[in-house]
Amino acid sequence: MNSVVCIAQVPDTEARIKIAGDGRRIDETGIKFIVSPYDEYALEEAIRVKDAKGGDVTVISFGPDRVQQALRECLARGATKALHVKGETAEADSLGIAEVLAAAIRSVPHDLVFFGKQGVGTDNSLVGPMVAELLGYPQINVVTHFEAGEGKVTAHREIEGAEEIIEAPMPAVVTAQKGLNEPRYASLKGIMAAKKIPIDSKSVSDLGLQDSEIFNQRVITVKLELPPEKQPGRKIDGGDAAAAAREIVKYIREEAKAL
Amino acid sequence: MAGILVFGEIKDGKLKKVSREALSIGRKLAEAAGGDVAAFASDRNVAGEAGRYGAKKLFVANVGPYTTELYAAVLEQAIVQMQPAVVLFGATSNGRDLAPRVAARLKAGVASDADRLEWRGGKLIARRPVYSGKAYATVEVSGTCAIATTRPNAFPAEESQGGAAEVVEIAVPRIEAKAKLAGTKASEAGEMSIAEADIIVAGGRGLKEAANFSLIRDLAHAIGGAVGASRATVDAGWIDHQHQVGQTGRVVSPNLYIAAGISGAIQHLAGMSSSKHIIAINKDSEAPIFRVADLGIVGDLFQIVPALTEEVKKLKAH
Repeated sequence: MNSVVCIAQVPDTEARIKIAGDGRRIDETGIKFIVSPYDEYALEEAIRVKDAKGGDVTVISFGPDRVQQALRECLARGATKALHVKGETAEADSLGIAEVLAAAIRSVPHDLVFFGKQGVGTDNSLVGPMVAELLGYPQINVVTHFEAGEGKVTAHREIEGAEEIIEAPMPAVVTAQKGLNEPRYASLKGIMAAKKIPIDSKSVSDLGLQDSEIFNQRVITVKLELPPEKQPGRKIDGGDAAAAAREIVKYIREEAKAL
Repeated sequence: MAGILVFGEIKDGKLKKVSREALSIGRKLAEAAGGDVAAFASDRNVAGEAGRYGAKKLFVANVGPYTTELYAAVLEQAIVQMQPAVVLFGATSNGRDLAPRVAARLKAGVASDADRLEWRGGKLIARRPVYSGKAYATVEVSGTCAIATTRPNAFPAEESQGGAAEVVEIAVPRIEAKAKLAGTKASEAGEMSIAEADIIVAGGRGLKEAANFSLIRDLAHAIGGAVGASRATVDAGWIDHQHQVGQTGRVVSPNLYIAAGISGAIQHLAGMSSSKHIIAINKDSEAPIFRVADLGIVGDLFQIVPALTEEVKKLKAH
C-alpha cells in the first residue's frame, strides 16, 4: 500500500515573527524552518501503514530549495522516497499550491494521500481538501484516529464537541490532527540511510503546468502586520481570595457584561 | 455576479451563531458589491431566522447531515444559480471542510478565518490571523467568485428588518458520494467547544496535575463557558487536545477569557490575545500573561478560582 505525504516547511513555532521590508512577507533572516507540526502526524501515520502493509512512503514538498532539508528529515524518520517541486510558494495561493501538488501526486503510485490539517504559519487549512477535489478523491479532514483496511479507510474526524466516523474507498485524502499518533524521532541509522536516498527534483513546468497558472493568482497578500500592542490593564493583589473573587465578578459584570 | 451567499449551518433547529454573524457581515458586503444576501441551508424551517438576519432567499436542499461531497455538489448548484460575488462560510469544522472543496471546484480563491471583510474595487479584502495570531495578513481575493470563512465571534450578529427569506428548492444531485458517515460519537460528555464559545476558562501548568482541571471545569460550568488549556497541559496528557488554545491548537477570540495558572508562552498569547476581555490569575507577578490581561490577579489559583466559582454561583442563584 503506497502513501504520499505532502510536507510544508514552516517557521519554527517558537520563532518571533518580523515583517520584511516589503510589508507583505515575513523577514526570514535568522528563522529556523521546521516540518509543519501537523505534517509530522501525517508522516507518522503513513510510515505505520508502510510498516504494517508494505509499500512506499513518498514525501512531496513544493517550495524553495530550503524545503529539501525538510524532505531529508522525513526520509530519516522512515519515508522511502522524496520529491521536491521547486517554486516560491509565498507567491502562490492555496489553490495554486494544490494544483501543483495534485499534479505531483499523480506522478507517483499511491493509495493514500496524507496532509497535516493545516500548515502552521499561513494557517489556511485549505490545500488538503483542494487536492482531494482536484483528484476526485474523498477527503477525511482533521483526523484523530485512522485505520487502513482492504481498499478502504476508516477514520475519526474531529468536529465541535464530537467525532464523526467516516469510511471511504481508496485512494483517499486524509488530513492529520494532533493526537492522531505519537510521531517518532529519526534514529541515527535512519539519518545515515536517508543520506543515500536521492531527492527527485522537478519544476512546475515538468509537471505540465505553467508558472502563470500557479503564481500571483486569485488570493494576493497585500499587507502583513504585527498585532497592535495591547495595553496591560490593572493588576491587583489576590492575597485575599474572597475579595479577589468579588473584584473579578465586578469586572465580568461591568466590563465584559457577561454575567 | 452580484450578491452574497452564506452557507448556513444548523444546530438544534436554528442557525448557528457563526452563520448569523456571516449573514450580518454579508449584508455590509452586499451594500458595497451590489445584489442581495442569500443563504443555503439543509432545512427550510430556518427561512424566518435567515430573513431576520438579512437573507432575501434561502436555497434549501434535503441533504441530511453534513457530508463533504454531497454538500459540495448541492452548494455548487446554488452558486451556479445565484452567481454571487462572494460566498461566506463560518470557520467551523464543516465550513473549513467544505469551503476549500467548493473553491477547488469553482477555481475560486479563499480567505480562511477572516476577522475583517470589506468589498472594495471589485475585490474582497480580508484580514486574517497568520502565524497563530502573531501577525495579521490582509489579502485581496479576486476572480469570478471570492470565498471566505468567517472567524467565530469576529463579526457581530445583527438583525435586520427583513421578513422570512423566500425558499428556493434545490434538487439533490444524483451523485455517489465516496466518503460516508458511519457514525458519530460525543468526544467528552456535554463539553462546549472553544472554537465558538463566548466565554473560555483556561488552565495551565499552574494547576500542577490533571485532576485539578476540575477547578477550571467547575468555574466554566458555573459561568457557562468552555474549557481551554495551554499546550503544556495538553502535551502532558492532562486534557484532550481539542481544548488547546494557541499554536497547534485553536486561535480564539471570545468576549471573555479567564486564564488560571497560565504563564503565557508566546504561542498561547498569540492564540488568545484578541479576546475582548482577559482576566489572568497567576502567582508569578512577572508572568507574560499579565501583559495582555485587562484584569490581572497575582495570587494562588487554588484559593481564588474556587472562591470565584462560588461567587458566580451565588450571583446566578439570585
